[in-house]
Amino acid sequence: MIASASAPAAADAFSHPPACAARRLQLTGFRNLADRRLDLPSGPVVLYGDNGAGKTNLLEAVSMLAPGRGLRRARAAEQACNGGTGGWAIHAHMEGPDGPHTIATGLEPGQERRRFRLDGRDVAAREELPGIIGVIWLTPAEDRLFQDPPAERRRFLDRLIATDDPAYAGLTSRYERRLRERSTVLRSGRPDAVWLDALEAGLAADAVAIAAVRAERVQSLDRVVAAAGGPFPAVRLALAGELEALLEDRPALDVEEAVAARLQASREVDREAGGASIGPHRSDLVAIDAETGTAAARCSTGRQKALLVAIVLGEIARKRQAGSLVPILLLDEATAHLDEPRRQALFDRITGLPGQTWLTGTDHAPFAPLRDQAAFLHLHRGDLADHV
Amino acid sequence: MIRTLETCRAQVRRCSLCGNLDATDPCAICSDGSRDGASLCVVEEVEDLWAVERAGFFRGRYHVLGGRLSALDGIGPDELRIGEMLARVQAEGVQEVVLGLGATVEGQTTAHYLAERLQGLGVAVTGFGRGVPVGGELNFLDEGTLAAAYRARRPFA
Ligand SMILES: [Zn+2]
Repeated sequence: MIASASAPAAADAFSHPPACAARRLQLTGFRNLADRRLDLPSGPVVLYGDNGAGKTNLLEAVSMLAPGRGLRRARAAEQACNGGTGGWAIHAHMEGPDGPHTIATGLEPGQERRRFRLDGRDVAAREELPGIIGVIWLTPAEDRLFQDPPAERRRFLDRLIATDDPAYAGLTSRYERRLRERSTVLRSGRPDAVWLDALEAGLAADAVAIAAVRAERVQSLDRVVAAAGGPFPAVRLALAGELEALLEDRPALDVEEAVAARLQASREVDREAGGASIGPHRSDLVAIDAETGTAAARCSTGRQKALLVAIVLGEIARKRQAGSLVPILLLDEATAHLDEPRRQALFDRITGLPGQTWLTGTDHAPFAPLRDQAAFLHLHRGDLADHV
Repeated sequence: MIRTLETCRAQVRRCSLCGNLDATDPCAICSDGSRDGASLCVVEEVEDLWAVERAGFFRGRYHVLGGRLSALDGIGPDELRIGEMLARVQAEGVQEVVLGLGATVEGQTTAHYLAERLQGLGVAVTGFGRGVPVGGELNFLDEGTLAAAYRARRPFA
């Protein structure tokens, strides 16, 4: 009875899910794209052209509309076009969950950090943009995600969390600042033990808070991707680490004390080795192919790509269920390793999404099934032309 | 005009007790016999002292640290007026130390540091309660917020 009563409400929520899309992009001095303007649909965008034409540069420009370092993790100064002033700007007319917005970001010549403007006023992007815009992506750089060092998987997970949790990015950067402070004190001539106590108390509290947010997120994402049927494989996800193990059978306050005690006991080791012996910066995201029970890292390249796409689509489904913002999805060369049924299934899922999805490839032919739903843009040496 | 400014600057001195800037040393607050010597509010900068004083809720005395612990900026305990604070707590019969430090990583680390150094001196140590936003500097807060944070002060764990 409760289920039938709530079904229409759920359907309503689904018919107006919060989503975002870039409807007009104005680029100035950005990479090889230099200066140009683009008008875009709210649905899928297919970007095709030769390697080196600038497809990834354009996706990177879209990724820069959200806080963070974008899909190449580049320094802002590296993103300026050759022979320009050293500065760049991206201005976007956005369709947001609550109506239109303008988002502008850019680097002034000679500066190191880019700035953000939302609807014409300067904003602290990390606090104010989640909920209005989010961007997640899969690029060939993620093809090796399961074989890469754990830091890459943590970054991948943290990015998924930060797109709709405005407090999370602040929490992780605070934690990193405390880590740097502690390392600096440890390496000073005569480390002040009371100062270290104070830093370690803060580190322990932040460590437990970060682990709790991640655990909650991984559990809810696991529920979605473990149940997935159809051409994309079901995946099991879990967090692994000493901190996570502690949290499994002890209350958070006890773990906080245990972490602080561990940090205090490992000062000598940490001074020599750098970093800290325990904390969320040592955790790992573990993925297992649910059908075969094989660790993702040991699956074939094609299977790994299918698992990754399943995780990203699962996260978008999870965000929709939770009523969170559906982000812009950037899939760079994502169809290359997918077989025909999966490619078709991906297209079906994308056309059903409320948000904007960008796909790239060298040729437009594989995207033919999207002919009626997507805008096709041809990129040739930084020049754009609509597909005719 | 320039002469007047220079005269002003020459007349401003740092209070050798609390670190306040005033025309006299000790400053007007430290020499005001009607202030409650049992209560000491510790702040990072003179601007923070002025902010709390403007809000008008605090009737005790102040201690200005001259900054906050920040290893990355090369500011350690020796760079701050911490020894002077501990000496005053013992000499002036202080019963409660109110830590009015910013809700930044450095401010909170400093508060934690001072709380540990004050342990065993027989004083209550409290911190400004809810209302100081994370990352917030005291002197950017309005008077109502400051007063509310003071009223909600809690024993420092
Ligand atoms: Zn004084």
